[in-house]
Amino acid sequence: MSDVLKKITFTLNGKERTVEVDVRKSLLDVLRDDLELTGSKKGCEVGECGACAVMINGESIDSCIYLAVWVDGKEVRTIEGIEKDGKLSEMQQAFVDEGAIQCGFCTAGLVVSATALEERGEKMSKDEMKKELSGHLCRCTGYHNIASAVDKVINK
Amino acid sequence: MNFTQIGKPLKRYDAAAKVTGKAKYAGDFHVRDMLIGKIYRSTIAHGYVKKIDISKAKALPGVVAVITFNDTPDIKYPTAGHPYSTDPKHQDIADRQILTNHVRFYGDEIAAVVAENDLIAREALRLIEVEYEELPVVLTVEDALANDAPEIHKGTKNIVGKMNYEFGNVEEGFAKADFVVENEFETQTVQHCAMENHVSYAYVDAQDRLTVVSSTQIPHVVRRIIGQAFEMPVHKIRVIKPYIGGGFGAKQDSCIEPLNAALTLAAGGKPVLLDLDREESIIGTRVRHAVKYKIKTGVTKDGKMIAREVSLETAKGAYASHGISPVAKQGTAFIQMYTTPNVKFDMISVYSNAPVAGAMRGYGIPQINYALESHVDDVAAKIGMDPTDFRKLNQVKEGDADPKTKLKILSCGLEECIDKGKELINWDEKRKKYANQTGDIRRGVGMAEFCYGSGTYPVCLEIAGARIVLRPDGSILMQVGATEIGQGSDTVFSQMAAEVLGISTDQVYLESTTDSDTTPFDTGAYASRQTYVSGAAVKKAALECKSRIFEAVKKRKEIAVEKLDIKDSQIIEKNSGKVVMSLADLAMDTYYSRENSNPISVDVYNQTKSNALAFGVTFTEVEVDIKTGTIDVIEIYNVHDSGTIMNRQLAEGQVHGGMSMGMGYALTEELKLHPETGKTLNNNLLDYKLPTMMDTPDLGVEFVETYEPTGPFGNKSLGEPPAITPAPAIRNAVLNATGVSFTRLPMNTQRVFEKFKETGLI
Ligand code: FES
Ligand code: FES
Repeated sequence: MSDVLKKITFTLNGKERTVEVDVRKSLLDVLRDDLELTGSKKGCEVGECGACAVMINGESIDSCIYLAVWVDGKEVRTIEGIEKDGKLSEMQQAFVDEGAIQCGFCTAGLVVSATALEERGEKMSKDEMKKELSGHLCRCTGYHNIASAVDKVINK
Repeated sequence: MNFTQIGKPLKRYDAAAKVTGKAKYAGDFHVRDMLIGKIYRSTIAHGYVKKIDISKAKALPGVVAVITFNDTPDIKYPTAGHPYSTDPKHQDIADRQILTNHVRFYGDEIAAVVAENDLIAREALRLIEVEYEELPVVLTVEDALANDAPEIHKGTKNIVGKMNYEFGNVEEGFAKADFVVENEFETQTVQHCAMENHVSYAYVDAQDRLTVVSSTQIPHVVRRIIGQAFEMPVHKIRVIKPYIGGGFGAKQDSCIEPLNAALTLAAGGKPVLLDLDREESIIGTRVRHAVKYKIKTGVTKDGKMIAREVSLETAKGAYASHGISPVAKQGTAFIQMYTTPNVKFDMISVYSNAPVAGAMRGYGIPQINYALESHVDDVAAKIGMDPTDFRKLNQVKEGDADPKTKLKILSCGLEECIDKGKELINWDEKRKKYANQTGDIRRGVGMAEFCYGSGTYPVCLEIAGARIVLRPDGSILMQVGATEIGQGSDTVFSQMAAEVLGISTDQVYLESTTDSDTTPFDTGAYASRQTYVSGAAVKKAALECKSRIFEAVKKRKEIAVEKLDIKDSQIIEKNSGKVVMSLADLAMDTYYSRENSNPISVDVYNQTKSNALAFGVTFTEVEVDIKTGTIDVIEIYNVHDSGTIMNRQLAEGQVHGGMSMGMGYALTEELKLHPETGKTLNNNLLDYKLPTMMDTPDLGVEFVETYEPTGPFGNKSLGEPPAITPAPAIRNAVLNATGVSFTRLPMNTQRVFEKFKETGLI
């Protein structure tokens, strides 16, 4: 094995995967280019926009600034792993119902972060929730319907 | 109007694809052995490339091709996403080459590489060596027009264009006025920041055709532009638009596709991905024009504006892009908003060594609206009138005609919009309450209004195509040339077709991909034209499909077509409501009847020769911290007259997004250049301050629904307008709170603080 390749084993959307990754590559690039999971988007590549967010051990992380080798032994969930039994999760459904999606480019990252927030199981004020999600930029929606969708699910 | 589908809050039909990550955007396609393209950008703002050495880059293992301006055609082409004009005088300025040796802004495109992967491509860029012959950097209008100014484009004297008009006689008007108010205003450069950067990939297909899959608002126009850039007939070119991650005008321009085409040609036709990073997208695509205004109004004691004059200038960057259109259009908005007998406008747009200004949501109108609506509040203050009363006295109404185009206003809910806005913000009470505040924390309410066209008629051609195929199960397949870029047009088109055809929207299938080979022609997503112009084509196609259906029924059942209707996918007799046959049975028979087989497929175009004005207002309440210069938006409402609202949820979404963009424009966003080198200083999402969720309060939206007779369903434009009025409304609220007239955008903390110091508030 060349010195830039390293074999890692991690759980991806519930399935154990062993892959050889370029040690210089971000998790986002490995997900998108090597594993062909293109749901996670690339809006900046430097941790400024949140389009690439995935869950690592239950925590939402910008995968563009997280090296792929670091997920060795960890559990990763991407937007492709959010559906439940082939159906939209409650959070996904809320995004659809509240009109929280326009171009959809920010959607994957936001749904992932909102799901992580939901799974924490805490109720929170709208302002606290907005603070939690403020690492995500959306240029289309003005965040209004996104905030309503997330609020509806976490404070139900 | 009684509609069955129009106005329903139908969920976007691409929502599930997007919320699960399945929707494929231009950067999401896994094409075997895709190569990576990267651009070598200049590190000076103005000059010539004296020497360029690409030998080391070429020698790097994994590099497939390195090209420079020496390898691309010596052809100048236009990039603007406008319809082609058969009149040479009306054609877009052709001043762009795929790569250039004349560097015109910091980041201009000199060379490009194709490599096996991203890392190699980046490494190859570092190995390119360039020597420049530098020229003075031109950044302002003054610089550009100086006698000894270097020409950015030879033979232009740095002038992109000028335009002026005068109706009535403003000098006489000012002479008769009781008061004359004069202001100067200035707006900043901002960038679209669609969350998806500019991205495309290109290859030569098995039929030897150049194919480009691109994140574009204008696929059909891009095909033509690539043709111009290579002097290649359009049948050799195919452009495909998949899902788009936002455009806002930056993708109404062919920024990357000709280069992407050149890269695949250099790589022997192999697929090449050209995926700009954020830093490049901000400097290397398009920005909004920064404009300076001198504005003057003559008003009588009783509040009638009798003369208005504005002159504006912009240094618009390195290439013409949309030419003077986004500046000239400001003259239209200036005259349309208020019915003043004497109005004068003049503008000049010059080249500068800066990122290129082009189309951006509102197409110049947010700029002039900021100047005009701020000024109008100052005029109202001068004569001691309430700003809403003052506007009502002077603004356009139904029946007025645009003095320039002579187009008449056939629907206008502007006055109702104002009344609704006043009620929502509790205007009268708060204006009184906030009149004479002291103290460090002060509140204020403000408003601004706009009018905005639906499409580009009569300046440009308005043409749109739609195709409807009745499928064997009675559902329809629809193809439109119009482009879904996130605004929800596809969902609304399916509502329109379902409305006319008497079927439900789940019986309409609309492919989100636009393909210049297979989808009907349409000029694209811009000018808030799609529900109005492309919608008219959809309606026409659906009506024609319906009459073809009735003809087919008549052939089979001997019932006159006038007696037929369709309801819930059943063909019925109009009067009795009796079911004649199901649409599915008829459809099946049109495919498989031994005698009458003739499947129904219609393909229509519609040319729109009208342009309805949409209207609206922003009302807002702000809290100003005098000591720190912070402005907090406490409440904000947009009220719109866009005629019939096609889909309330999607419409509200458009308004929310526009309001947010308008708030960013008002308070935080500004693209900054180094005043000497012309280097962009904040081309990233950390230093360029987009509004975040925390900055955004609840956004209030209301509609005043009028019925616009020229719209296919009574509708008018809505996409761009919501971004127009937040900035002046916030500015006017700050005026109400503090008595200070701000004249520059953005009103960020530092600028506000400095202005308070200057005016003695601190
Ligand atoms: S792409 Fe990772 S934060 Fe923007
Ligand atoms: S929906 Fe387009 S960026 Fe959020």
